[in-house]
Amino acid sequence: MLIDIHAHFYHAASARADWRERNVSRLRVGEQVGIRWHVASILGSWGRSSPTYFPSPADLTAGNDALLALIRNHPSAIKGYACVNPNFTEHAHAEIERCLERGMIGIKLAASRRADDPLLDPIAEHAASRAVPILHHVWQHRRHEWPGQEASDAVELGRLAGRHPSVPFILAHIGGGGDWAHTLQAVPPIENVFVDLSGSGVDAGMLEACLAAVGTDRLLFGCDLTIDTGIAKLRHLERLIGRAETEKIGWRNAVGIFPAGVFGAAQ
Amino acid sequence: MRIDVHAALGSFPFRPHPAGTVDGLRETMAANGIDEAWVSSLSAVHWRDPSAGNAELYEQLQDHPALRPVPALNPGFSGVERTLDQARAAGAAALRVDPTIAGLDHTGGAMIELAAAAAERGLPLFLAVKLEDVRQRHPGDRAPALDPSTLRTLVRAAPRARFVVAAADRGFIEQVHWGSTPAEAERILWDVSWIWGPPEDDLDHLVRAIGAERFCFGTGYPLRIAGSSVVKLELTPLTPAQRARIESDNARSFAGGRS
Repeated sequence: MLIDIHAHFYHAASARADWRERNVSRLRVGEQVGIRWHVASILGSWGRSSPTYFPSPADLTAGNDALLALIRNHPSAIKGYACVNPNFTEHAHAEIERCLERGMIGIKLAASRRADDPLLDPIAEHAASRAVPILHHVWQHRRHEWPGQEASDAVELGRLAGRHPSVPFILAHIGGGGDWAHTLQAVPPIENVFVDLSGSGVDAGMLEACLAAVGTDRLLFGCDLTIDTGIAKLRHLERLIGRAETEKIGWRNAVGIFPAGVFGAAQ
Repeated sequence: MRIDVHAALGSFPFRPHPAGTVDGLRETMAANGIDEAWVSSLSAVHWRDPSAGNAELYEQLQDHPALRPVPALNPGFSGVERTLDQARAAGAAALRVDPTIAGLDHTGGAMIELAAAAAERGLPLFLAVKLEDVRQRHPGDRAPALDPSTLRTLVRAAPRARFVVAAADRGFIEQVHWGSTPAEAERILWDVSWIWGPPEDDLDHLVRAIGAERFCFGTGYPLRIAGSSVVKLELTPLTPAQRARIESDNARSFAGGRS
């Protein structure tokens, strides 16, 4: 039994012509490998009518609606994050309320505004009031600006997390680009930051470093765009720490940071 | 039967990683059902003369017939012919060259002459597009990744040369494959280590579009978790025949002969 805390789906108004095939593939392969829940987000139009990491309010609403529809169609497989752009505070608050009321279980922040910017504080306060986690897109060691996003690294996310200690922050895709070693030096003292193992990167030594940095209690299984690398990491972890500890990473830790009861019988 | 065409011993200068030792490699192979590995020297890749690491590589592998040497050289350095002859005599599976790290003109005369000379000895050239994710590289690690145009040029310029190319992604492979004639394309074998699996399904797409005969199994040990390539094949819908081709048959037919 696995909970993938970093999944994505696509929709008809997104930039990809193969959106339907990708969604079907995620659900099919998820079932094959034992992913019980895909906790997913949709980043607006994925670049079609506004940039993926700077989505317009209209595209965010459309993307969240598409995810709500997927949740309705697959109620025993998909949970959702409300994706918001903190530059549009009122829209973000309204969207969080709307999506949580309809069953979403977390908030997704991509890279529209630096993580330590004060504009993210109201979003984090909203998360605290609703007791939901925030999955935050992270570039591991951002040494400079990257095109197409206002990326943040672990130090910057750590500043936000430090201001909101009751909110669980999921630091996205440790294997998703950048220098993970920098992240793993930064996160140990910030106890409300959880490390998401997703990303296509499968560097040897990365998982050992994750265990050394935060132990098994603050690691979360996730896939992002590649389920194959997610499963390979779990298998590697099982060889390192055994099945029981790996189960914590595979799903038990996730149960602890999302609202009680949302995963139903899994808990 | 599973052959890993993309393994190495030694160390990478820009970040720590689990030791690239014979014992470590054999343990990894056992854990992942890998029967044979083609092995180069990761340490020597960054030396001005990578062939200086070959003697140690041959010695490390001499008692391990399942580990086949992939000696390295820099065609811009002296002693190329001797290195080629030694490789042939040592039963090398392929010959490694990293033109961007060596600072060579990727498609210059030395590279073309090397490709032709290796072909004369029945040795494919092993090229890695990159050693690690370009988004995480050390600021001092400035050698560019291999470019698809480099490979297209080499394949055209050395008409008998064969190439085993590691760490290419879908976009790279498609730009070379569909930018080559069928006769050129069939002289290239792509390892699966950096091709995305589901739900992007890049490997599935490539096998359907290009054919299973163009791919082989590779891991990137010791810089990558070897099991990643195993899982990728498990989760890609392949027929038993396609899987056998990718896991071993294609590599075996491409390998340089044992002396």
